[in-house]
Amino acid sequence: MTEATMKIVADLSRCVGAGQCVLTEPALFDQDPEDGTVVVLDEQPSGDLVRAAYDAVRVCPSQALSIEE
Amino acid sequence: MLQFPLVRECPYAPPAEYTQIREDEPITTVRLPNGREAWVVTKHEHVRQVLNDPSFSADRLHPDFPNLAPAGQPIPRDDTARSMLMMDPPEHGPARKTVLGEFTVRRIAALRPRIQEIVDERIDVMLAGPRPADLVETLSLPVPSMVICELLGVPYADHAFFQANTAAMIKRETTVDDRQAAFERIRDYLEDLIVVKEADPPDDLLGRQIRKRRSEGAYERAPLVSLGFLLLVAGHETTANMISLGTLALLENPAQMHALRADPARTLGAVEEMLRYFTIVDTVVARLCTADTTVGGVPIRAGEGVLTLGQAANRDPDAFDAPDDFDIDRPARHHVAFGFGPHQCLGQNLARAELQIVFDTLLRRVPTLRLAAPVADLPFKSDAAIYGMYHMPVTW
Ligand code: SF4
Repeated sequence: MTEATMKIVADLSRCVGAGQCVLTEPALFDQDPEDGTVVVLDEQPSGDLVRAAYDAVRVCPSQALSIEE
Repeated sequence: MLQFPLVRECPYAPPAEYTQIREDEPITTVRLPNGREAWVVTKHEHVRQVLNDPSFSADRLHPDFPNLAPAGQPIPRDDTARSMLMMDPPEHGPARKTVLGEFTVRRIAALRPRIQEIVDERIDVMLAGPRPADLVETLSLPVPSMVICELLGVPYADHAFFQANTAAMIKRETTVDDRQAAFERIRDYLEDLIVVKEADPPDDLLGRQIRKRRSEGAYERAPLVSLGFLLLVAGHETTANMISLGTLALLENPAQMHALRADPARTLGAVEEMLRYFTIVDTVVARLCTADTTVGGVPIRAGEGVLTLGQAANRDPDAFDAPDDFDIDRPARHHVAFGFGPHQCLGQNLARAELQIVFDTLLRRVPTLRLAAPVADLPFKSDAAIYGMYHMPVTW
């Protein structure tokens, strides 16, 4: 996989708003101020952020995040 | 068949049987105090699967829901409103989302300066008082109590009342009548408080929820009382126990304590490791299977109860290298100490912020902190549903 082809996909219907993704990498994720659901700030990260994206997928408690390659 | 609940013999280790179950037969049946059987799930992967699978219900008022109350003892209940803790989809998601905005990473970050002030005040009080001091009384309990009271808009002056009643509720030995009475006292208190706030909703969590729910045309008092109850009870006892146990872990691992003091950036990871290592809420996380399914190759049928043993999962060598070592530098964030799935702890980022600030500040301001009693003499809460310490004598 090359970095340029990856894409972070968030399933808002699954997101439980725990913010684990934001804790992992605030440059990639934020939360809706009203209902806490995830807001993806950068769907196609590169460099160090690629790893952070995979970490976020791993810690998300509801499998709301996935990465399309 | 093993009889549950099991007791921690050592504050640093899960009950010995956990390891054995996980290695021999990771999903197995045990006997509950009421004589019924339930599954226990011990592997990290399987615990995460159960907690994120809609085939499992969180409805703890269901008669078949596995609970650890002694035989014949019902769990306290409130028929006026269900807490989101026991809701399933589609009821659960909207109830949680209504309040999630109060607990986003950003919102919690904005509370940090105030949490820091509270922690500094409490440490001032401790340092000005006699030695040895009881860390539980001077720091562990007051910090989360003050924070959650302020956030909710509950007068801190009433904290002794909540602490006494919460402690009664979670002690396993409390009789069913006393448990129910403690429960009702807190609920009645909150109800009175909310009635007052309804007249002119103030800018605190309960007031903001009243406004928000009214503007959505969905304001009812009972669900808000239930929410206040959940946040108040969940918000102080658990964090308090982690402050005491985390401090103990640092005092007992001086090299890591020094490393942390030298580099506060490591506190973030250290807190995750403490959460993993102690997993103070362990057997409380249970589910009722409502649709036949399979976990780790084992068929689980509708109507069967499951205890997801967080402490066994958090010591699973397939998820954590050398899981029985306390290591503040390990990657630990995938632990299940806050649960997993849709019910994963709503207040987790508040707890993280409080713990980080407490440990940072304590190590910096009280560098000579040490235990004033041998670890073997410390009163651990082996009789409570949430693990911790009743007292922790420290000096400096
Ligand atoms: S970690 Fe997962 S559940 Fe939590 S806010 Fe991010 S996407 Fe949503």
